[in-house]
Amino acid sequence: MKAAVVVFPGSNCDRDLAVAFERAGADVSMIWHKDTELPGDIDIVGIPGGFSFGDYLRCGAIAANSPICRSVVKHAERGGYVLGVCNGFQVLTETGLLPGALMRNANLKFICRPVGLEVATADSAFTSGYEKGQVLTVPVAHHDGNYNADAELLARLNGEDRVAFRYTDNPNGSVDSIAGVLSDNRRVLGMMPHPERCVDERHGGTDGVAMFRALLDQLATA
Amino acid sequence: MKARVHVMLKNGVLDPQGEAVRHALGSLGFAGVNGVRQGKVIELDLADGTTEATVKEMCEKLLANTVIESYSIELN
Repeated sequence: MKAAVVVFPGSNCDRDLAVAFERAGADVSMIWHKDTELPGDIDIVGIPGGFSFGDYLRCGAIAANSPICRSVVKHAERGGYVLGVCNGFQVLTETGLLPGALMRNANLKFICRPVGLEVATADSAFTSGYEKGQVLTVPVAHHDGNYNADAELLARLNGEDRVAFRYTDNPNGSVDSIAGVLSDNRRVLGMMPHPERCVDERHGGTDGVAMFRALLDQLATA
Repeated sequence: MKARVHVMLKNGVLDPQGEAVRHALGSLGFAGVNGVRQGKVIELDLADGTTEATVKEMCEKLLANTVIESYSIELN
């Protein structure tokens, strides 16, 4: 599996995400935001957490309009896989690859702690290593993770089984406790919690490992 | 020429920052503040002849996230 991790000014989880992909056995290239093309043979693109462009204007808005993101959108439109974590999820909603929007946390606080995360569907390359209903412990670290979807979108996401993860104890006001959503072809996942921050015993937990392993299994045989 | 773009959360989208400001005004003793909505103002210094349609395109592509925000444009 070949993975690319995009690096924006202000990204700060890019290395962690690269390590998580590498540990699972992927070849990882780091791609600078001013690059205009992804390497041609990339299976999955990782959009890391952080504060791209200082969160100016809106979280993820400037990054979503950077040259490399046009290439990421093309990769997704060709059926390529994309994983956006935290700021990466915000970037993916701003590009339109994922629906909805992420707003300021309802309690206005930056939340940085492990949370309970229920696997809402195992039907995706990202979540096939888990059981539906399984509860994971995964860290969150965000100020703007309050997922917003109107009633129509929410019904569609639930009807199409596109909610990947829900918080067991909603920390940020997200509608329907949504922590991660899939694209309609199930190949783009955006999530606020950080699976790359729980892939080593020294992280305090390893519940993220199964996501990267499952991706490797599925994409290695694709 | 200048344009001023006002960006606000759409009606019906809960504005937690506006709510916090409302509470703070109440605790300062200002009674009767029934609601506060917080938005942003973006001032653009533009080449003469830039059309409102172009500014609208800027809003749609970048300045506002039309999933949750509405915008209005003042040209002068």
